[in-house]
Amino acid sequence: MSERPPRADPAVPPQLTPAGGPAADLAVEPGEAPPLDTAPTPPGTAPNLLDSLPPGPIPPAAAFSAAQAEPCLAVRDLAVSFRTRGGTVKALEQVGFTVGRGEIVALVGESGSGKSVTAYALMGILDAAGEVTAGTAQFGGTDLLHAPERTLRGIRGRDISMIFQNPRTALNPIRPVGKQIADVLIRHGGAGRREAPAAAIEMLRRVRITDPERRARAYPYEMSGGMCQRVMIAIALACRPKLLIADEPTTGIDVTTQAVIMDLLTGLARESGVSALVITHDLALASEYCDRVVVMHAGHVVEDAPVRDLFAHPRHPYTARLLAATPTGHASLADLASIPGSLPDLRRPDLPACRYIGRCDRALDSCQVSLQRREIAPSHLVACNNPL
Amino acid sequence: MGAMILRRLAVAVFSLIGVVVITFALTRVLPGDTAAYFAGPAASREAIEQLRHSLGLDKPAAEQFADYVAALARGDLGNSLTTGQPVLSDLLSRLPASAELTLLGLLVSLAIAIPFGILAAVKPGSFVDHACRLVTTAGVSLPVFFTGLLLVYVFYFILGWAPAPLGRLDVFLSAPPTVTGFFLIDSALAGDWETFRGALSQLVLPVLTLAIFALAPIARMTRAAMLAVLTSDFVRTARASGLTPWSVLITYAFRNALLPVVTTLGMVFSFLLGANVLVEKVFAWPGIGSYAIEALIASDFAPVQGFVLAMAVMYVLLNLLIDVLQGLIDPRARTAT
Amino acid sequence: MSASTAPAPAPASPPGSTLLGHARYVVAENPVTGLAFGMAILLVVAALFGQWIAPYDPLASDTAAALQGPSAAHWFGTDQLGRDILSRVLVATSLDLRIAVFSVALVFALGGLAGLAAGYFGGWVDMVVGRLADVIMAFPLFVLAMGIVAALGNTVTNIVIATAIINFPLYARIARAETRQRAEAGFVEAARLCGHGNLSILLTQLLPNIMPIMVVQMSLTMGYAILNAAGLSFIGLGVRPPTPEWGIMVAEGASFIVSGEWWIALFPGLALMFAVFCFNLLGDGLRDVIDPRKRT
Repeated sequence: MSERPPRADPAVPPQLTPAGGPAADLAVEPGEAPPLDTAPTPPGTAPNLLDSLPPGPIPPAAAFSAAQAEPCLAVRDLAVSFRTRGGTVKALEQVGFTVGRGEIVALVGESGSGKSVTAYALMGILDAAGEVTAGTAQFGGTDLLHAPERTLRGIRGRDISMIFQNPRTALNPIRPVGKQIADVLIRHGGAGRREAPAAAIEMLRRVRITDPERRARAYPYEMSGGMCQRVMIAIALACRPKLLIADEPTTGIDVTTQAVIMDLLTGLARESGVSALVITHDLALASEYCDRVVVMHAGHVVEDAPVRDLFAHPRHPYTARLLAATPTGHASLADLASIPGSLPDLRRPDLPACRYIGRCDRALDSCQVSLQRREIAPSHLVACNNPL
Repeated sequence: MGAMILRRLAVAVFSLIGVVVITFALTRVLPGDTAAYFAGPAASREAIEQLRHSLGLDKPAAEQFADYVAALARGDLGNSLTTGQPVLSDLLSRLPASAELTLLGLLVSLAIAIPFGILAAVKPGSFVDHACRLVTTAGVSLPVFFTGLLLVYVFYFILGWAPAPLGRLDVFLSAPPTVTGFFLIDSALAGDWETFRGALSQLVLPVLTLAIFALAPIARMTRAAMLAVLTSDFVRTARASGLTPWSVLITYAFRNALLPVVTTLGMVFSFLLGANVLVEKVFAWPGIGSYAIEALIASDFAPVQGFVLAMAVMYVLLNLLIDVLQGLIDPRARTAT
Repeated sequence: MSASTAPAPAPASPPGSTLLGHARYVVAENPVTGLAFGMAILLVVAALFGQWIAPYDPLASDTAAALQGPSAAHWFGTDQLGRDILSRVLVATSLDLRIAVFSVALVFALGGLAGLAAGYFGGWVDMVVGRLADVIMAFPLFVLAMGIVAALGNTVTNIVIATAIINFPLYARIARAETRQRAEAGFVEAARLCGHGNLSILLTQLLPNIMPIMVVQMSLTMGYAILNAAGLSFIGLGVRPPTPEWGIMVAEGASFIVSGEWWIALFPGLALMFAVFCFNLLGDGLRDVIDPRKRT
């Protein structure tokens, strides 16, 4: 990110008081731009950028230039397997991608392709049957896949936070939403116990919930899905994370409010230089809001390219089919299902090297035994022996 | 909240009406001679006829029901042939003994079962989990009177740790001045620690018996509810927010798991009030259960009827309390219809 | 998609797709269910042939041999009248199981059919059945059973009836819920279009469909029915001495516990536990066989 958009809301009250610092030190006058800082900084000292909201999403290219230099997150060779009654499911294999600083990356694939499992593995919240069997995930000097649980607990919610699908069930049904935001603030030192309620209301205001004082006392069942997702976003951004993972953030929300939620989410992220990994099955959404797209199929990353490249020149047969399913580029879950064949049984011990082989009309004999992963064009990666 | 309580009160009133109708039906709409039942086995024919008239059993059923309700409204449950006292005063004087036993049994079993169930759910497949499964399956198979006898044999006869199973207080001690009727509380209020210790030592085995009995359903439900809640979306959110394990477990998971557990308490009370009768017999406990058993053996029906009615009324009130508790825990229950 | 479901495509068919094959699979997966089956067979054998297996006459007293502990001659010892406890425990099996079976059969007939009708017809039938269940549930169940036996008369038949009545709400509610789930199903509609009347649909279409769930419930209630009947006879209702019955035998042994003659109460108590434990395990096992949600 190279420039700051103008402040959208000059009437925003003084900022949260980080633990240990008096409020006056950090209060920002309306119109005064705090220094932009994308380097990793200890929590509580980073200037709060969330209060200056852009009027709308920034063009995707704006944040892209800094991406390659020093990535926010670098995942290499991630493998995850699940123990089940029917055998071991090799859910992820050799998954790798990076998320640059301030970059918004889409992780796209059909159900069962391993998108969410990737996110859970990175967060360290896989359920008991799942196990990370290989790989590294470098995040600000920490390998998320091998860090002790204690360290991860300090990172989760503070440096990396996550938003889930179906926001109405993702919030504690018997706790007022304001308290749920306050819980996270208190846990990570974003606010003291006494300041937390006011800080939570402030966060609700930032995600543009009207009448935040009253809403803070409301329970999730008293709110709409879109409203609950705003609360989720408030929880996720409360501690000013460096990376935001959004797992199908518009699933379970009214169609009419989906765009509003995405505008808010990406707007806030771009505004404050937060990197984001948006998991979705919706290519249209990916093209509209993201800088780069990582396509997954059956636990493999099959293609990884900037949005324009991917849409203009898809190189993997699977990606091409996805795009061809809708000439306008507006592919959705229903279209994904129209691709012939289905995902292979990931419990088979003799899985082919390329897991798309059963559905591919360009398959070679070599696809059974080996799979070539290469950079076919600048920052355009593809995993295919016979790319388009 | 107020509207919810009113609604629950209406349900409770409906239940009470049903209870009164059933207890009436139990005595009057039976095959056989009700007057003979009430008079007892030793009564002469004239005495039975006289009783039939004085009880109004020669009137139409509707009129009898009206009389019955009117008597209930006056607190008249009839007289006990065995004690010669009004049933109501008999029941009231014995109620504290039963209540002290049952409530302590419930408290002890909650104190054991809830942490047990939580631990089992947090570490599925662990030793605690297997122990919990074993205890809950074996626990529901244990006849409560049999558990009581086993405890008496081990802790009284073999080890000599517990006093003889003969009531609330050793014969050498006198009951504390009545304030609440609960010996533990009354003796503590009076500062009589010898009586307190005596009452406590008499309570240990019967309370333990009831606690073991109630343990299984509570632990089972706690475990199941915690397992369900721990895999829920909002606990995942709490974990993904980096909240401490304690906060995730208690503030997020357990408070939600408490809802089905509190609901189960209704069923537990139903079992507990029944088990209480059996435990009172095993430990010669002078509560309303023993009173009812004595009356049953003597075919003295008015006390039995009064006992059934009193237990049902208490159970309805306990369920009302559970409903209110649920409203306190769950904001949705406050507004739900 | 969530992390709790492995992102696997449709799994291969499980070993054995028939009910029998699945039952074998469940037993293999959970040997405890197999154990429960074995225990149930033992109980049935004791119930059917107890009279002939028993080494002594369960009613014959022998004052010379009174209050003897377990020995080679009397494996379970003798009671205060010198009766052989092993023989009495064996012979009692028949009575205890009969009380449980009859009460469960009765409540299945009453509660099951009432629930079926309530679920199918709805309206006032549903309301009447629902209210009746509510009123019964307003009592602590064992206390209600005491009241019923006291009122109807102190006999074994009335214990069966009382046990059936207190289980009525459970059966009625389960049958109602299961029926409602299916009442709108295609096969019911098809039967109606084929000209089947209400009674025919209820008995030939819906009843067989809710049977599996009801059978599981029956097994689970068997244990409770045995406990309930034993509890009633423990306090002196129903079964009269000298009839051998587990509950009353424990009651007879209770007074000897404080003087150390443990065997009189212990063995009938253990028999009681064994039977209840067996039916509880069996019910859980059957649920695994039948509950489609647990079938993979």
